[in-house]
Amino acid sequence: MNINFVLTQLGLGFLTTVIIFALTLLFSLPLGLLVSFGRMSKIFIIRTISKFYISVMRGTPLMLQLIVVFFAPYYVFGLQLGSSYRFTAVIVAFVLNYAAYFAEIYRGGIESMPVGQYEAAKVLGYSKGQTFIRIILPQVIKRILPPITNETITLVKDTSLAFVLSVVEMFTMAKQIAASQTTMMPLMIAGLFYYLFNLVVAFGMERIEKSMNYYR
Amino acid sequence: MKILEIRDMKKSFGDLEVLKGVSLSVNEGEVLSIIGPSGSGKSTLLRCATMLEQMDEGDLLYLDEYAAKDVKGGKSIYSSKLDLKRIRRNFGLVFQNFNLFPHYSVLKNVAEAPQLVDGISKKKAETRARILLDKLGLSDKAEAFPFQLSGGQQQRVSIARALALQPKLLFFDEPTSALDPELTGEVLKVIKELAKEKMTMVIVTHEMHFAEELSDRIIFIEDGIIQVEGTPEDIFKTDNPRLKEFIGKFGK
Ligand SMILES: Nc1ncnc2c1ncn2[C@@H]1O[C@H](COP(=O)(O)OP(=O)(O)O)[C@@H](O)[C@H]1O
Ligand SMILES: [Mg+2]
Repeated sequence: MNINFVLTQLGLGFLTTVIIFALTLLFSLPLGLLVSFGRMSKIFIIRTISKFYISVMRGTPLMLQLIVVFFAPYYVFGLQLGSSYRFTAVIVAFVLNYAAYFAEIYRGGIESMPVGQYEAAKVLGYSKGQTFIRIILPQVIKRILPPITNETITLVKDTSLAFVLSVVEMFTMAKQIAASQTTMMPLMIAGLFYYLFNLVVAFGMERIEKSMNYYR
Repeated sequence: MKILEIRDMKKSFGDLEVLKGVSLSVNEGEVLSIIGPSGSGKSTLLRCATMLEQMDEGDLLYLDEYAAKDVKGGKSIYSSKLDLKRIRRNFGLVFQNFNLFPHYSVLKNVAEAPQLVDGISKKKAETRARILLDKLGLSDKAEAFPFQLSGGQQQRVSIARALALQPKLLFFDEPTSALDPELTGEVLKVIKELAKEKMTMVIVTHEMHFAEELSDRIIFIEDGIIQVEGTPEDIFKTDNPRLKEFIGKFGK
């Protein structure tokens, strides 16, 4: 068996893995914040919908969500989407799923903020938006970095679930090679890739956490 | 000129009637101290006056302008958001536990609000902030973060932060209660300086000696109503048994 061939193929798959990872974070982090606002809304209907959304996303398998997102356009709207939709569906499902987890993390962080911070800002004449953007959010981000890191590391591994929609990321690739050449080796190498990727992610998150250590 | 006027302020939390009709006014340049046992409603009074809490009944006026007006039938109606925003600029509040912004340097804590609220430039705001910090003996702390300061220093920063907006009236809610005894002096000294400069102030305090020395008038509040009001002399020579007992407890 050609090790170079294996590495090249896995490398291609790894690229897809990284893209899924990056796009998911890019969209789910802001969406999660929006959902957390909905979850904390004073308006009953918005709060209830957000709560239901979060409970479904956290209470059903991500694999099932991938399949549902993929087939929904056809079964719900009768739309025939080409195979290029597979990749989009993977991103949409991951974003929807991770936004729910992030929403609960944001909520925990926001609710842990002492009310005195809001009151001080209010008396000083900060608007609600200024208070949130300048006073609350920066402190919330510092508080929630550890759980965000956890989710991010889980996401690296979850990207392998994209195989259910036949999107060829690294894990799918490794399985294919392993099956055709009857060896575990590609899977082991893939495992190593995930591990190294996560080391980099953890290192990056640690750097961000450290950069916020200038205050307590 | 009356900076602040409160007429028959009432406030309940659920079934608990905390303020049962409090009236007071504060003239320009005057120092009013509020004393009273814990739980008597002093903070609630300040929180209603600074609109952190909505009162149920009564009038609230700053410079003769209604912030909230009691309509017949006894319910305070607040002015429009825009009016309240303007009215809020008349006063500042110093909290018992400072409530500084921990992620901001001392300088930014003091200089940001004037930029946002008064729209002055960053440079100008920081110059003014440094002058204030200098005045409060904190010139070497401008770049520090709150966690690096002692409680007394933090409280002085929070006073500087409030002063930066040039309020016409400054409220203090037990400004030294969260401090170690050896740190109260530096904060009281700053407040005394302000009194000398004829800063209008309303101070909730348990520091009897300080209140006596500094105040033009003192209010003794208990059970949600003003029991005694008068000059420091009146207060400390009172015949009122409850006030006597209170002063006895907190000693001079
Ligand atoms: N937000 C609130 N909800 C319910 N009860 C409150 C609230 N704030 C204050 N109280 C109650 O009101 C009473 C007066 O409190 P406070 O004004 O803080 O007294 P003081 O400052 O004189 O010690 C206390 O019994 C307190 O428990
Ligand atoms: Mg109090």
